[in-house]
Amino acid sequence: MVLLGLLLLLGTSVLSAQNVPVISGGLGFLEGKSNGAYGFQPVVAPQFTSPIGKDLLFESRFYFGEGIARQDGRTGDYQGTFFKLTQYLQLDYIASRHITFVVGRFLTPFGTYNERLSPIWIQNLQQAPLIFPIGDPAGSSDGAMVRGVIFSKPSVQVNYVAYFSAPTSNSQFSSARAVGDRVDVYFPGKRLEVGSSYGRSLQGTQDNSIGAHLWWEPWRFPLHVRSEYAHGPHAQGYWMESTYRLSQWRGESSLMGRLEPVFRMQQTFRDSPGPGDGLPSANTQQADFGFVYHLPHETRFGSSYGRRFSSTGNENVWNISLVYRFLFPAWRGHE
Amino acid sequence: MKKITIVRIASLALLVFSLHALSAQEPKTPSTASKQDLTKKLAVSVQPLATSVPDPGERKFEANCSRCHTAPEQLSPRIVGTVVRHMRVRASLSAEDERDILRYLAP
Repeated sequence: MVLLGLLLLLGTSVLSAQNVPVISGGLGFLEGKSNGAYGFQPVVAPQFTSPIGKDLLFESRFYFGEGIARQDGRTGDYQGTFFKLTQYLQLDYIASRHITFVVGRFLTPFGTYNERLSPIWIQNLQQAPLIFPIGDPAGSSDGAMVRGVIFSKPSVQVNYVAYFSAPTSNSQFSSARAVGDRVDVYFPGKRLEVGSSYGRSLQGTQDNSIGAHLWWEPWRFPLHVRSEYAHGPHAQGYWMESTYRLSQWRGESSLMGRLEPVFRMQQTFRDSPGPGDGLPSANTQQADFGFVYHLPHETRFGSSYGRRFSSTGNENVWNISLVYRFLFPAWRGHE
Repeated sequence: MKKITIVRIASLALLVFSLHALSAQEPKTPSTASKQDLTKKLAVSVQPLATSVPDPGERKFEANCSRCHTAPEQLSPRIVGTVVRHMRVRASLSAEDERDILRYLAP
């Protein structure tokens, strides 16, 4: 931490006008009702990004929220629980396009959801996919990571990420001893990506987790199809999400063009009891329908309804969210 | 380890299948006659075509950044460099990509 602070201070003296540190993030109000239990959560997720010199970048993201729900789920007084998370706090050294070294706390690069879609100002549905805990239930790792491009041509690009995580028991920086990697092949001409992930826990029972993902976002129309499959030590499952922004109707800023319907289908299959693994205890299917409305001034309104089917009981899942994304320079900088 | 191998082979098979399916949708090379027609059409509409060529930075932004999120409505030129460097790490952009996207976001 001291090293990171020193590097940050050093870096501020060499910042150019184009590289002023950025404070960004999301400020949101999330509301949900699941199986009759209602709860809401004001949240702020600030992010600080600062280049240091030509090849270094310091990045961090935090999450502060107050979960408010009835004492007994459906009855009783409302009570709040404050929670704070350090999602990442990392220093990146861009040695070349082929290799970037990352040290500190970083988002575990298992699958795609955690790194790419988890910020509240990006996610289309409030709830993470059911298989999200596979690979790393904590979502963040403390250690080192290397990432970059193995091979690149205008028509195809092969990317990799490999990481090692050390065990940490601090409540703000908890992580497990683990290793893992992700390799993906991306075709920019088609905006098609296929990849696979691997994670191995190096403490306790030393389990393996594997995953695969497929993303397709055609150039011709604003359709996004994202899907993942993951297999953990006790359960497996997949999710598939598609969104289609109606921007072809009079542009993105029109009344209709701001609307983006969302659909997600997911299933999990329980192979063996895995208490504490974060996945449903029985086979589960869930379908979510919703929309995101992109309001002016970086504000998004989202709403969704989901129906979950499981042998432990079917339930309805309702969610509403209002999120404002902020992005501004940390200070004035040079003109 | 066997399951890992199977999943990775399945991913590869899915990739090959997807590519095959997509390549089948690509337009065929026009015949000589249609090429002549195309040349005539291009001669007439050369001006609009020239202006509609996408900026390489815009193309790279669309190919990398906007796969996950929309572009901010306003981006101060003072922070563009920082934002793009963040994307350089996330999306493994080259220095050239970084320059092109910088030019696109802060011309």
